[in-house]
Amino acid sequence: MNKYKEIFFKNVWYENPVFVLVLGICSTLAVTNNLKNTLIMTIGVLLVTGFSNLTVSLLKSFIPGKVRMITQVLIISFYVIIVDIVLRAYLPDVSKALGPYVGLIITNCIIMGRAEAFAQSNSPLLSFWDGVTSGLGYMVVLMVIAFFRELFGFGTVFGYRIMPEGFVNWTIMVMPPSAFFMLALFIWIVKGRGNNNA
Amino acid sequence: MPDINPLVLFFASIFTSNILLSNFLGMCSFISISKSLKSSNGLGMAVTMVMTVTTVLNWGVEKYIIVPFQLEYLRYIIYIIVIAAVVQILEMVIDRVSPNLYISLGIFLPLITVNCAILGVALFMQLRNYSLIQSVFFGFGSGIGWWLAIVLLAAIRAKVDKSPVPAPLKGVGITLITIGIMAMAFIGFAGMINVQ
Repeated sequence: MNKYKEIFFKNVWYENPVFVLVLGICSTLAVTNNLKNTLIMTIGVLLVTGFSNLTVSLLKSFIPGKVRMITQVLIISFYVIIVDIVLRAYLPDVSKALGPYVGLIITNCIIMGRAEAFAQSNSPLLSFWDGVTSGLGYMVVLMVIAFFRELFGFGTVFGYRIMPEGFVNWTIMVMPPSAFFMLALFIWIVKGRGNNNA
Repeated sequence: MPDINPLVLFFASIFTSNILLSNFLGMCSFISISKSLKSSNGLGMAVTMVMTVTTVLNWGVEKYIIVPFQLEYLRYIIYIIVIAAVVQILEMVIDRVSPNLYISLGIFLPLITVNCAILGVALFMQLRNYSLIQSVFFGFGSGIGWWLAIVLLAAIRAKVDKSPVPAPLKGVGITLITIGIMAMAFIGFAGMINVQ
């Protein structure tokens, strides 16, 4: 049980894929101007990471080393397609807003990285847990960024108006550059804290 | 099919809707490779090449295979396979034709398979219903835009590395801020041309 706890804290905090490794920010930074879309997108990423890790780990002794990469990509695309189809069926408006970014989960470096670095050499259950917690670490960071971007950009949280009447929306917050600034700011804060503790 | 002049599309995909700075695609390699100007240039060249070829091929695949056989649900897998195959073939061709270029591209060529910008451009192309000629200019322009952005960033980083930056902000932090400022500058062209 201890090992599961260790993996949890490592993936969510100490080696958070976004802050520490700066992986997989491509497709999701684009959707962080809206909390609802971010939540759904990151749940998708979480599920894909978890299940593709599980599958890779289950199949690891059957996959020849030479075609490892392409097999992993195919396994990942399989789950991404499921996520895409489910979204299209049950949440068509979100699916439309996310556009091509759901498909781009395939090339999210975190998923590939976890499959390669963890699932290849660990037991299925542990790999599944590793994938899920990696996705969780990713989710937490992006939700925080999305919270601030939506709050200042639209004056809302999950679509509910929070800011007072006279608040002028900071349009820059919903435009691409602010995503970079926000992430930089968070990295600054997190790293600064780390330095104080050390 | 949107009625956009291919040349306009070409310039738009370099500046106003730069695949990196306004769509966030290809960030991983963008941040990790831009430490060195020389590798950035090599990767930029490789990305431009692969992007142009795969966009055109995926356009054909979409029109002549996916739609007629109703394989829409397999689209992602098919696109990824096309991209992986192109990268593999291109690797062999470059190795034969120009060994020098092959050596200078090195590890970057195979890495392109998992560069999200490549798949992203193909998906945008499909989503926006571009015609063949529009796709050619879109793919090529996006590649050039990616190349331009990574070379610019690498040049800036060479200078920033020697500047006094607060310790926690060093490395990735300051790079992200630089990218943000670059993105603002590129979006400044938005009044001139618009796509979508």
